[in-house]
Amino acid sequence: MNIYGIRAIYHFEMARTFRTLWESIVAPVLTTSLYFIVFGKAIGSRMGDIDNVSYGAFIIPGLVMLNLLNESISNASFGIYMPKWAGTIYELLSAPVSWFEVLIGYVGAAATKSVMLGLLILGTARIFVPYEIAHPVWMVAFLLLTAVTFSLFGFIIGLWADSFQKLQVVPMLIVTPLTFLGGAFYSIDMLPPLWQKITLFNPVVYLISGFRWSFYGIADVDVAVSIGMTFGFLMTCLIFVWWVFKTGYKIRH
Amino acid sequence: MKTATAAMTANSSAPIISVRGVNKTYAGGFQALKKIDLDIKRGEIFALLGPNGAGKTTLISLICGIVKATSGTIIADGHDIMQDYRAARATIGLVPQELHTDAFESVWATVKFSRGLFGKAPDAAYLEKVLRDLSLWDKRNAKIMTLSGGMKRRVLIAKALAHEPTILFLDEPSAGVDVELRHDMWRMVRTLRAQGTTIILTTHYIEEAEDMADRIGVISKGELIVVEDKAVLMRKLGKKQLTLTLRRPMTGIPAGLSAWPLVLSDDGHVLVYSFDAQEEETGIAELLRTLAEHGIEFKDLRSRESSLEDIFVSLVHRPKGTQE
Repeated sequence: MNIYGIRAIYHFEMARTFRTLWESIVAPVLTTSLYFIVFGKAIGSRMGDIDNVSYGAFIIPGLVMLNLLNESISNASFGIYMPKWAGTIYELLSAPVSWFEVLIGYVGAAATKSVMLGLLILGTARIFVPYEIAHPVWMVAFLLLTAVTFSLFGFIIGLWADSFQKLQVVPMLIVTPLTFLGGAFYSIDMLPPLWQKITLFNPVVYLISGFRWSFYGIADVDVAVSIGMTFGFLMTCLIFVWWVFKTGYKIRH
Repeated sequence: MKTATAAMTANSSAPIISVRGVNKTYAGGFQALKKIDLDIKRGEIFALLGPNGAGKTTLISLICGIVKATSGTIIADGHDIMQDYRAARATIGLVPQELHTDAFESVWATVKFSRGLFGKAPDAAYLEKVLRDLSLWDKRNAKIMTLSGGMKRRVLIAKALAHEPTILFLDEPSAGVDVELRHDMWRMVRTLRAQGTTIILTTHYIEEAEDMADRIGVISKGELIVVEDKAVLMRKLGKKQLTLTLRRPMTGIPAGLSAWPLVLSDDGHVLVYSFDAQEEETGIAELLRTLAEHGIEFKDLRSRESSLEDIFVSLVHRPKGTQE
């Protein structure tokens, strides 16, 4: 195991994060605050409680997930796309590091950053809405698992993308709509019966439902199913990355 | 396998790099390399020459693991670059042709990154020495994007040396580099060689290869057309020319001199005689006698040995199958 290699990649990526710390923090915190003001206070004050949880508190797990998913994908995809774009990937390809070590470095750093941000958003939410965390260990577990899984997914997007536009396509056209339709702002019980069935094909439903359960003990789908689905997605991403490195797809001619 | 590897590493006369039957065809069908066999000797400076697109960078990229060979094997310092890629790659440093750098990083951060990436424990003293040797120490905290092209080239060299490689590849290191840096760089290359590092370089400046290299390989259209000791190559393929500046211009070469390989300049003032430098009998004395017999007088004469550049051009443009 090339521990120094993993550390080098991880530190390199974290240094990139801290270089742009101000932008990295301010934008998501500001956006989240706006969500709380608009949905939590303005609209939420006219909404009834959902399963005895105030609407402002109800949307917290969904908002954290929304940011966690977007940040994980953008951190990891940008992290591996940049060396491809700048040409510095030659060093990574000629270095004595295995694909798994490269992955630990990049995905580890991307996930670290998005978990930090997730916690920051939770802190910001506390300013606007009082809430309790019923299962803190599970909350952290969901946070970590989702951050790692979607950082892996972002890594794949970064490998696949050959332009900055493509880097944005998947998060904007797929992930954000899936998150909005995944129950970030509502319980799926509130949907018409047909849509309740259709929405179960959206993987983000399971993430938000599981995460919300760790806060309030309420869930749209069984928690075990949520965990199983997240692990399933994690494994799919892992296998895909393994295949990419094995065949050299898009990185080694 | 391990025993064989250890024996090869220990045996200093064994080639440090051994390329056997390597072919490379890119996905689009372009065959960049055709059945390359090449041994690089331990501790030598090997210059790889060839026109643009000949396959120099592809060959280097294959050995460094950036590009996958279609077939064939490559052994670096006793390690198969595919089976035993960690050990093989740890011995190699690469300075790429293009100035690929992390623009927003500092010089110090980027060399530290390179050392770690190649699996070496941090060693600030060693990195300081590398940066000082390359006159980069004062710029260690500068962002790479603020440096000039020449300085960026130095940064790439520092990155390649950060993990103390025993084999160093320099792909067109002097492209776009000023004279001072070029001299610094070659001085450093000589120092590295003296310390036991094997250096493989590609260059467009043939005089550099002539000046620096122990051996020369010429690659053309994906084929290695010659690999030879530099001195032997120049002796074997070198031509000499005798240039005579005539006292009175001639309109053509007299019939009595038609048997000699003579070329008259357009203005009729200069007569050039080419002869094989290896031949015992150069024919100069006989030619001068014959010229005197024809009443051709000259006011100046000089002889010149062909440069590596001349040899290179003649090799690359020679019809296939005529080289040795």
